Amino acid sequence: MNTLPNIALATPEIFMFSMALVILLVDAFISSQQRIITYFLTQATLVVALIISIKNFSEPAAMVFNDMYIHDTMASILKIAIYVIVFLVFLYSRDYLKSRNMYRGEYFVLGLFGVVGMMIMVSAASMLTIYMGLELMSLSLYAMVAFQRDSSRATEAAMKYFVLGAMASGMLLYGMSMIYGVTASLDIATIRSVIASAGLDNMPLVFGLVFILVGLLFKLGAVPFHMWVPDVYHGAPTSVTMYISSAPKLAAFAIIMRLLVGGLEPLAASWQDMLIIISILSMTVGNVVAIAQTNIKRMLAYSAISHMGFFLLGIISVSANGYSSSMIYVLIYAVMSVGAFGVVLLLSRAGFESEELADFKGLNQRSPWYAFLMLILMFSMAGVPPTVGFYAKLMVIQAVVDADMVWLAIVAVLLAVIGAFYYLRIIKLMYFDDAKEGAAVIETSGDVKVLLSLNALAMLILIPWLGVITEFCRRAIADL
Amino acid sequence: MDIIDGLTAWIGLPEWLQSWVHTGSSTLILIVTITVPLMLAVAYLTFAERKLIGYMQARIGPNRVGPRGWLQPIADAVKLMFKEIILPTNANKFLFIIAPILSIGPALAAWAVIPFDDGLVLANVDASLLYILALTSVGVYGVIIAGWASNSKYAFLGAMRSAAQIVSYEIAMGFALVGVLMAAGSLNLHDIVTAQSGNFTDWYIWPLFPLFLVYFISGVAETNRAPFDVAEGESEIVAGFHVEYSGMTFAVFFLAEYANIILISTLTAIMFLGGWHPIWDVAPFNWIPNIVWLLGKIAFFAFFFLWFRATFPRYRYDQIMRLGWKILIPVTLVWIIVMGSAMFLTPYGDFFH
Amino acid sequence: MNFEQLLFFVFSGTLVFAATMVITIRNPVKAALFLVLAFFNAAALWLLLEAEFLAITLVLVYVGAVMVLFLFVVMMLDINLVKLREGFGEYLPIGGLVGVLLLMEMAIILSNDLFGLERMPEPAGHDAAYSNTRELGRLLYTFYVYPFEIAALILVVAIIAAISLTMRKRKTTKHQDPGEQIRVQAKDRLRIIKMPSERRP
Repeated sequence: MNTLPNIALATPEIFMFSMALVILLVDAFISSQQRIITYFLTQATLVVALIISIKNFSEPAAMVFNDMYIHDTMASILKIAIYVIVFLVFLYSRDYLKSRNMYRGEYFVLGLFGVVGMMIMVSAASMLTIYMGLELMSLSLYAMVAFQRDSSRATEAAMKYFVLGAMASGMLLYGMSMIYGVTASLDIATIRSVIASAGLDNMPLVFGLVFILVGLLFKLGAVPFHMWVPDVYHGAPTSVTMYISSAPKLAAFAIIMRLLVGGLEPLAASWQDMLIIISILSMTVGNVVAIAQTNIKRMLAYSAISHMGFFLLGIISVSANGYSSSMIYVLIYAVMSVGAFGVVLLLSRAGFESEELADFKGLNQRSPWYAFLMLILMFSMAGVPPTVGFYAKLMVIQAVVDADMVWLAIVAVLLAVIGAFYYLRIIKLMYFDDAKEGAAVIETSGDVKVLLSLNALAMLILIPWLGVITEFCRRAIADL
Repeated sequence: MDIIDGLTAWIGLPEWLQSWVHTGSSTLILIVTITVPLMLAVAYLTFAERKLIGYMQARIGPNRVGPRGWLQPIADAVKLMFKEIILPTNANKFLFIIAPILSIGPALAAWAVIPFDDGLVLANVDASLLYILALTSVGVYGVIIAGWASNSKYAFLGAMRSAAQIVSYEIAMGFALVGVLMAAGSLNLHDIVTAQSGNFTDWYIWPLFPLFLVYFISGVAETNRAPFDVAEGESEIVAGFHVEYSGMTFAVFFLAEYANIILISTLTAIMFLGGWHPIWDVAPFNWIPNIVWLLGKIAFFAFFFLWFRATFPRYRYDQIMRLGWKILIPVTLVWIIVMGSAMFLTPYGDFFH
Repeated sequence: MNFEQLLFFVFSGTLVFAATMVITIRNPVKAALFLVLAFFNAAALWLLLEAEFLAITLVLVYVGAVMVLFLFVVMMLDINLVKLREGFGEYLPIGGLVGVLLLMEMAIILSNDLFGLERMPEPAGHDAAYSNTRELGRLLYTFYVYPFEIAALILVVAIIAAISLTMRKRKTTKHQDPGEQIRVQAKDRLRIIKMPSERRP
């Protein structure tokens, strides 16, 4: 207890939050013309953290800080993905922020603190750290949603997000307290062994599980706890929507893995049934309601709900194979989502939010390249071969079939087909409809153009490397 | 004590009730022995204030009642006691009456943990420093409730100003005490004083000089005394939060203010000036009883309060806030970091112990 | 009943009473004051448990700082009570149902044999040299240092968020810059111009 823990493994977190504080200070002393310094510092922080995490990657799995922090392959992979995605988010949203008077230091600092929160969740080995990481991330996100404080829509969205998020946190905490009451431990590994040795028909344990599930699914935005998703996606500034829709999903996956699988897997029989219902509901509501949307942000919100349903399929199968396919799914989904919102951001200009589906009309005539990128992204979201989105869906459905739940697989496929409709509608609007009067040609800076293209093309380019990614994810799950 | 024990035994109270009466009455006697001199000190502090400020302004001050005006506080007390307590229209009666009590309660309760000499303390609480901090922070309720319950704009404005001021300066005050805590390694006031035993060079005022300044300034602000007395700024809002109070209720507020002055002076003496320790632990000095040293130090600091009032013009509200948040708090933070690094990273840590 | 038990019942009874008043009383200022009372009683209960650090900190932080600011705001707001109570009856059935459900769950869990005096006996008393504060500090800064630091980060984020969402720099605000005031020279304020004297017209 008197020796200093091996905190070298936690360097990414320590570096990230120190830099966030440094950036906060630096930003206080520079003028608004020099704000670019803040931006570069933020991006540099993410890049350096990426390097540190890659260096730490091959370190053997270990616990730090009295078993509250865990370093393993899953944590490393997810952290690396989070850095890359948040890097892209900041890059794409730079011009958007500038034109909307949101290009302020606090935005980036809050973004970085959100990343710290996600990192803490990703490598949490105790219920205490899971909860604290979740709060850190959520608090940053609430503030970012409300960042456009003169917009009543953003304020309303932030309010809803905050109230419902706080309630979800309360549920999660309530459930955790029950689990703690039964197992007398906050440590996830200990909880698992205690539950495995004790009987499963324990009433408080099941209550605790239910409350934890409700809390997690709230944060994930799965039906019936999805009410906040469309409103928040719609109301928040598009750059923040992009942030919310991507990296936090990875962190949510991580805490589901840590809590449900790592800690409560002995109760799998209980949570499996609940998740099946949630998953079917999410896929149904998400895909069907999305069809009725005319606003692209709302449509993508419902699409996110349905994707969460698909992603849960892998967890439902309660097998290493299923977990790793879920991991691949959520990784791919995060990249797709960033790309899709990136294109939406490009279409918007100062004083003009490109939010309606109609704004996509005739994009091919104006900017054929971006229309093509959007085409790939939409195909991937819909799960049309040969994009990676198809393989992601294929893998989770495969996992369900392996778990002898063929009927569930059939339902999922049917709902995916229904869902394809609204993705293809965007493609139709872009390629077969005429542009509205006065619609502008997209202009953007070179770096955004290159990276956005890479991001979208990754949906195709990554296919040969899918085997490698799968291998990594398998290893991550096996390591757990 | 024996008399009471004998009395309860003679009446024939049950055993457990006898022991209750025993502890209750002995504590009560101790409380009275602290409170009565304190009240007298408060009374004569007001006299001292009027006299001193009089001399500083080249006047004589009160000199009619008794020889050289020495009975003036008694006369004041009698006058206040017989004045009518006026309830403003639509005032909240319960809160209006309870506010002065809430104001004086903490000011007196804090004395429970003040060590007057080695072993001479009502309750040797382990976390007495925290207890003091908690109680001084509760004192603000008297002010807020008085302002709100009076149903008067002046009172309300005064209460608002005062509440904001007290809450702001509490932070600086707390941080200054963190320094003391670090130096003494204890939250116990008795231990803090014993840690300063020796000559005046061992007092914490030297290593913690910035914190001492911050603490004393915050103390003045906390008691709403000049130059931080915007809460009752006569020229702007008449008398601030207690403008609607009269008679005894007003007197209680008045008592609380002066009791707080003495309390802050005592705490400063205890934490920075070595408490009951003589200035030099050699022959002529340590003949004087310890408690006299402590009282002398208290009087020294109390004098500052009066001196400030006669000297400084009143701060403006925004200046008060600026001083508290942008100067005092950073000073304490920096000094705590300096202390911490010196104590653990450099060989000069002894300087702070 | 020994003295300690009597104290426990007095404090917890007052606590429950005050907490009920917080949510039922009409006047928000009085509700806040009842919350203060509730905090005091909770602190007293902690004192009975020999957790004096927690007790005093509760008073110091919640009563001394948080509730003061709370009162501050509540007093300045003009809260329309009628509007607040609108829809109360409408939501009562569903709210009540949820409440009853939660209560039942609580009852089921607490009546479970997992909780109870046999399983969680009263902790052993400590000797006089035991310092609750010291033990808490030791735990917080060694075993729980990681969550403790995260808690600090959460507070930082809260500060940043609160400031960035509420601070508005109005251009019309007049404020002083003491540094500038001190730096000012006589020649900045007063310009002496030599000019020929003029004849009276």
